[in-house]
Order: sequence, then C-alpha cells, then structure tokens
Amino acid sequence: MTAYNGYITDETIEGADDGPLAAKTVAVKDNISTEGVRTTCGSAMLDEYVPPYDATVVERLKDAGATIPGKTNMDEFGMGTTTETSAFGPVENPVAEGRVPGGSSGGSAAVVAAGDADLALGSDTGGSIRCPAAFCGVVGIKPTYGLVSRYGLVAYANSLEQIGPIAPTVEDAAELLDVIAGPDEHDATTQEAPDADGSYAAAADGDVDGLSIGVPTELLDGADEEVVETFWTALDDLEAQGASYHEVDLPSVEHAVEAYYVIAMSEASSNLARFDGVRYGQSGGYDGNWNDSFANAREEGFGEEVKRRILLGTYALSAGYHDKYYKKAQDARAWVKQDFDEALEDADVLASPTMPVPPMERGESLDDPLTMYLADANTTPVNLANLPAISVPAGETDTGLPVGLQLVGPAFGEREIIRAGSALA
Amino acid sequence: MSDPAVDPEEVRHVADLARVDLADDEIERFTEQLGDILDAFEALDDVPETEREAELSNVMRPDETRESLSQEEALQNASDTEDGQFKGPKVS
Repeated sequence: MTAYNGYITDETIEGADDGPLAAKTVAVKDNISTEGVRTTCGSAMLDEYVPPYDATVVERLKDAGATIPGKTNMDEFGMGTTTETSAFGPVENPVAEGRVPGGSSGGSAAVVAAGDADLALGSDTGGSIRCPAAFCGVVGIKPTYGLVSRYGLVAYANSLEQIGPIAPTVEDAAELLDVIAGPDEHDATTQEAPDADGSYAAAADGDVDGLSIGVPTELLDGADEEVVETFWTALDDLEAQGASYHEVDLPSVEHAVEAYYVIAMSEASSNLARFDGVRYGQSGGYDGNWNDSFANAREEGFGEEVKRRILLGTYALSAGYHDKYYKKAQDARAWVKQDFDEALEDADVLASPTMPVPPMERGESLDDPLTMYLADANTTPVNLANLPAISVPAGETDTGLPVGLQLVGPAFGEREIIRAGSALA
Repeated sequence: MSDPAVDPEEVRHVADLARVDLADDEIERFTEQLGDILDAFEALDDVPETEREAELSNVMRPDETRESLSQEEALQNASDTEDGQFKGPKVS
C-alpha cells in the first residue's frame, strides 16, 4: 500500500514473459475488470466483487508482458473530479501536499507521479484521465471514442467514456496506447483507426515545425490567472520550436459542461440500475418486497455523489423533463461536435489549460458539487465531441502546483496530439 | 427567477423511481443541491436545435453460439444461489 492511498488492491498480476511491456509495471484503475482480482469501482457496493473475466485492455497488457502491480483508487464509479468520493478513502496528491490528485483516475495518476508504477490505465468520461494527469504533473491521453475497447470496463456513461494511458512522458503514454488500441469483437463501438499502420510511439518525435494551433478563447475565460500565465508560457515554448497559434471561437462550449452532466447522469442512472445485490454487489440481506429490498441495498451500497447523479439522471429522463434536459443536451452535444470539427479545419490541434484551476485543497469541493462539476469545463467538451485529447505538464504555479496543457485533435488524430505534446514532455 | 426546481416530495419520488431509500437528512440536503444543479442546467434552454449527423451504422455478427461464462462463473458473485440459479430476496 502507498502513503497517499493510491491502490485499493495491491495484488500483482503477471503478464507474458516477452512483449513490448515486458519490463514495465502498469497499474490498472479499479473499474477495469481483472479476472480473479477484485474490482470495486471505489464502491462499497462492489467491495467483494471478483470478475470472472479480464477486460480486453487487461488481456492486451498481459499479452504485451506487462506486470500489473495493483488496482488503483478512484472516485466511486468514476464520479468525481478529486478522488475523494472513493469508499476506500481519498487519494492524496503525491507531488502537491494538501491538494487533491484530481479525478476520477486519481490513484492511477498518483502511482505514476510517485514512481510506484511505470505506467497506468485510467478511464475518461468527462476528463477523468486528463484532470488527474494535469494535477499530478504527468501525461494522460483520452483516445478518440471507439479506438480502445470498453469491454470489461464497468460502465458509467457508455457514450462518452474511453480507457487511456497515464505515463511520465508522452512517448511512454503512446507506447501503452499502441498496446491497448484497436478493434475488439466484444465492443461493437470500436473501429479500426483510418491510419492503423505504424505506432503511436513513433509519432512522439517532438517535431512541431509548421504546426498550427487553435486556442479557443472560451476555454481561457474565467480560468485562474496563474494557470493562464503558465499556459501561455508553454505556447510560447511551442512557438519557439516552429509552431504558430491563432485564437478560435467555440460558442457551443459555454453549454458543454451542463450538457455533459445531463447526458452522463442520465446514462449513469440507467447503467447503475443493475446493482441490486442479487447477481453481484452487496445485498444487505434484506427480505420482503423486492423494490424495497433493492432500495435498501442501494441506499447502503452507494455513496453520496453516486446517489446524487443517479437521482439527477432519473429526474432528467423522467416524464415531462426529457425534452427540457436530455434532448437539449443532445442538441448541445451535436453543436459542440460541429464547432470542434470546424475549428479543426483551420488548425492541426486545439490548445487550452486542461483544468481552469490548479489542484484544489483537499476537502474543499465535497460540500459543493456544482462547483466541482464546473471545474470540468475544459475537458467535458472533448468527450461530447468524441475526439482525442492529451494533457501534458505545462509548468507550475508560483507555489509549485502542477498545471496541465490540453491538446485536442481531430477524430483518430492521436498522432497529431502525441507529436505536439512530445515537444513539451 | 423561476420557482425552486425541486421540492422534497419530488426528490422522494425520483429516489423511489431510482430505487434508493434515502434517509430524511439526505432528502433535505439533496433537495437544496439538486435545486442549484438543475438551475445551472437551465442554461441548456439557450441551445439551438441542432441536426445530429447520422454517421453511425449497426454492427452485426452471425447469430452463432460462442464461448461464454459457465453457469458457475456467472453465479460466483451472487449473494445467494439455489440449484444453479440466482436467488432474490424472500417476498414473504
């Protein structure tokens, strides 16, 4: 176990003798199924759940020779921005004392930042790889929707989430992406990338000469001053290496975070309906009317943030409110996608701060869920648009807090963001 | 300003639909928080109707039997089983 509570379970899973990751340890977020090793999703509901099969990405890690040193702590079911909602206790930021590590893949980013694992897998539904990567000063990639199989990932919001790598450098992250990417017959939403030949790691050549960067002004408005300053310093660095930048307008992103939460919570309310304590999960041993028994088991098994999202999702989908919330959110999603596609016609990548704020103080946002949601303003639009994005360390604030730079590319344009990101880390 | 987005009765109703037996103090807390959050969601009223690109296609496979979990594996996480089947709460 680690002093900062990075792992929920630290059981080692050995991979094949040979392979591209034979010398590497790769920690796995605890919402990704590992055969025979408990997979809790950070929830009391699943504290004894042992999957009977491996997620496709875990199979690929083992085939590539990786050693899995354990399952990493996370916000319960991926619902959080600080990794403080885990039933197994919060994770501390190993590089910024007294601060949160970001979430929801906070354990994965923390073990990499602390050097307790070479690499890690996270999952990103609205920023859950990029946010903790930014807050812990490491690299995280959220792949294009459909590049990486979700088979064996315990679902939170299927239409938004992807599994992706967290690593100390862009090249390391790209090597891990090479192992996990590619179609899977068990996940019908996967597809072959148009340029599947060749490796992602080879794109980490740091060559940004001639690269055109669009900067969405909306994603800088309202951001912390020091974060913005650090962001521009990183852009100047890229410019000095031959890149150019111009400002772009993405009016739709003003509504992205609200649209994201309506869609994610709606999907969550449906996905988490499966936890009734009969087939798996804590039953609490209640008898009598099944609806009451299940309601008791779920009241006991779920934490507060999970209940909040289930309630809001149920509300948004209920009779009389569906058109007002869910349908409008889908309109916003289509609008965001159009905006990004247009902006990427005149730019190779789009750049912004990953998070509008430096890592929050621990405990600060727990009582104020809305403020926590709004911190996802820069990451959620990318999930709505199904696009790939990377967070790379951009520098630090005056008090030494890590700041991340987010680069967004066109669909299946992972090589563009890897190349651009590798000029910085 | 519009009326408060939700009252305690509505929160109770939604919790009932979602099968979560909330405690009274949770009802109180959630009523206030859900009100704030739903107010923020009001911003979606400004979103124009937008055409959604239909770039999706169905993925089909032949309807053939293939390997799956054994009955034993499928039951291994159940809190209670009987004769190789899941066992739910006793109704009476």
